[in-house]
Amino acid sequence: MNTLGERTFLNRLDELRGPMPSRPHDARAIAALAANPGCVRRAVMDAAGVDKDLTARHVGFPAPFGQSQFAITRGNVFEALVKENGCAELLRLLRELLGLEVAQVGYQDVESVGSHLRHSHTRALIDRAAREDDGTAVFYDHPLLSLEIAGHTSYLEPDVVAFQIGRRFHIVEIKSFSMIDGQAEPEKVAAAARQASVYVMALRTLMADLGHDPERVSHNVVLVCPENFANRPTAALVDVRKHLSVLNRQLARMTGVERLLEDLPDGLTFDLAPGEDGVPTRSAQELAQALLQVPARYAPDCLSTCDMCMFCRHEARACGSTDLLGRQVRDQLGGVSGMDEALDLAEGTREPAEGQEEIARLLRLAHRLREESLR
Amino acid sequence: MSTLTALARLRAARDGVAQRITTVRHCHISAQPLVFIPLKLAGEAAAPLAAMVGTDPGHPRLLVVPQPRNRDLRFAFAAGLAEVLLPYIEGFEKSTETVERKSGEPYERCLDAPQILMPNRPAVSFAALLGRSTRFRKAEGPYPVHPSVPLLGRWLTYLTDRSLRPGSSMLLATTEALSLHWATGQSNLEDANLAALLGWIDPPGGMSGRRAAEEAEDPLLWPPAGPATDPGFDNEVLGPAIRAYEEAPTDRAVDRVSQALRTQLEPTWRLMWRSVELLRSLPEGARVKDRWEMDRGSFTRFVERIAEGGPPQARRDGAVGAAARLAGLERARASYDVQRAHDDPLLMAEYRLSGEAFAGTVTSADLEHAEGEGRSRKLRPLITVRTGDPVRLSPKTTVGSPDRRGHAAEIVEVTDGEITLKVTKGMGRGRTPAPGSVPEPGERVSYTSLTDDFQSSAALPDPEQTPWTHGGPPQEYEPGDDDAQEEWL
Repeated sequence: MNTLGERTFLNRLDELRGPMPSRPHDARAIAALAANPGCVRRAVMDAAGVDKDLTARHVGFPAPFGQSQFAITRGNVFEALVKENGCAELLRLLRELLGLEVAQVGYQDVESVGSHLRHSHTRALIDRAAREDDGTAVFYDHPLLSLEIAGHTSYLEPDVVAFQIGRRFHIVEIKSFSMIDGQAEPEKVAAAARQASVYVMALRTLMADLGHDPERVSHNVVLVCPENFANRPTAALVDVRKHLSVLNRQLARMTGVERLLEDLPDGLTFDLAPGEDGVPTRSAQELAQALLQVPARYAPDCLSTCDMCMFCRHEARACGSTDLLGRQVRDQLGGVSGMDEALDLAEGTREPAEGQEEIARLLRLAHRLREESLR
Repeated sequence: MSTLTALARLRAARDGVAQRITTVRHCHISAQPLVFIPLKLAGEAAAPLAAMVGTDPGHPRLLVVPQPRNRDLRFAFAAGLAEVLLPYIEGFEKSTETVERKSGEPYERCLDAPQILMPNRPAVSFAALLGRSTRFRKAEGPYPVHPSVPLLGRWLTYLTDRSLRPGSSMLLATTEALSLHWATGQSNLEDANLAALLGWIDPPGGMSGRRAAEEAEDPLLWPPAGPATDPGFDNEVLGPAIRAYEEAPTDRAVDRVSQALRTQLEPTWRLMWRSVELLRSLPEGARVKDRWEMDRGSFTRFVERIAEGGPPQARRDGAVGAAARLAGLERARASYDVQRAHDDPLLMAEYRLSGEAFAGTVTSADLEHAEGEGRSRKLRPLITVRTGDPVRLSPKTTVGSPDRRGHAAEIVEVTDGEITLKVTKGMGRGRTPAPGSVPEPGERVSYTSLTDDFQSSAALPDPEQTPWTHGGPPQEYEPGDDDAQEEWL
């Protein structure tokens, strides 16, 4: 990409977003990019850093996500417990888990400097740790890493980065869901691993930037959770290689957003600039119209991952798409994308188009068998 | 998902109301089920918040933990739950029948078994955790609890374990039971919401299923069926009520928490009993009784195990135990699928669609046909069936028929729309087939290669013989005081 092309691309993204500041991606948001990679609407909105939550609320389709104060409190209490006294509890866990044979341990709270310096401070500390190898294990609390997402820098805050002898860095992810008899809920572990893989990637990028071997950042992240029903923490290693490769692919694809932009009408924008009352000045209807110009690929999974889900579901309903019923149903319909179309084929009121003969035959047979059995 | 179910979903979406995907009911519904709806505190693994439980739709029992982080209050909750659940379960232990066996001693089996209905799978998983956190407790020694608490834990563990077994009806997740019989015009994911699912199946008068389901997604109109509560409710209502209790643990404060939680549980309580009615209104499949009989047998064995003073279930299965459990579940799954297809023409239609079964009309029958001479003469009547189904069965395949138990035949030839079969079993001992045992011309028949033949259990070594590749013999479990002292915060 030449510089001029890059500039127009970034201008285009700015135009899409309007005068609002770009919404930074946190690790959770970056990890969620891997879900539903085929959705252009989401890819474009994310690349431009549009506030999807605000957009969805403004057009009247707020996402059904909320967090309970109990869950937040519990998370904070547990994290504080793990980090107490310079990560003393964490050291105990890592000694057992990684076979850490160190007497000396250091603790660096990166937050001690002003927020504008945190990133460069993290950089300097990691650089020094990578150069010196005096066998001291060091915990870096509140580090600030960065990752380039489609031309914008996103800042990320892993819970803790641990550096130990054996010259390896480990990302430590502290989660408050329980590990009971050595097992935790698979979906929660997967979500934590996805999130941690973003940190691994950011730290590896930083290492490469500083001229160190990026592989020194371990693909095994340390997951710290409460054990059984108590608050006592326990730790496990989680291999995030698979998540890393998915993420790599996804980020590579995001730079391909340019091509997606080419197909969008000129002057299209998701401008959310607020008026004096803090509410976006643009009418909800106009914004909705703009959104509809960018094709979405709704799937029921979106209901748990994407802020735009209710809006896209409403749209899919209006056009009677089989996407609404989930992939399993779609798979059975052999690429017929409209609900009415599939039903008409089944009931024999529509002639199959070219290439639909086989699925039409199957649907007609299914329809006949169903009628016959229900008689 | 089959093409037939996909089609039913399309129709549900078009017609705005759920469509039946079975012709009969495939789960047992007890005359007196117990409904159990637990709620847990957000962010905690197994912190019970409340439960609505009981067998009388008009009189639910509400159990509440006014401060879910308080250990004593949690155990008081567990004891309260035991007070409802244990007498219900024990009520089935007394009346038994004697079952004669061909080989071996006759044994006793309970005439009926408990049936617990919970709203959804996450609720069942939560009950399993509740079982895990209570079954190792002790009534004596450090941190004593009420003696009913560990017993409750063992029952919860047993029942939630059993609910993983295909075809068992002792503990049902209601959303699963309903989805087994109806297809809605939304996705599986959305069907996990009990209120939305029932909205499709049984919308209020004058409202379409889609509209009812949309309304059901509003947590203010229809609080979630649990175990997680609505975050908005947590922040706006429950949080302040719990804080008030912390400041002054008075009866009034307890009342405030109870009232708040009651509003979250009552709508689901009504939906649960509505679900029971809907399921009950379906005619029962022929083999549901057989499967319930197995549930009764399993229940009886567990009652005996407790009576004999056996230890609580281990935290984890050993290698042999795990392999045996998996093999058992696989056999149960296979048998359950076949049984349902045999009971239900609509499910059999799925196999007809894939060519593993066919239905048609008998066009000719040669009842006298036999193979071999003299003593080795075998009666092998030939029948020809005309069908419009896309049959994918090759010659020599053994097939059975859902219409005749014990009947078996072999495919001789499949030509365009005509299938010739040789009947091999189920004709009696005479020189000619027993009357009615072989289908006659004009009769409507169906055949399938799916059979529910007896499968012997997997050959596994005794636990003491576990090979080193699988960790060697597991350590004998000895309950110690450590278990009883385990924190439950």
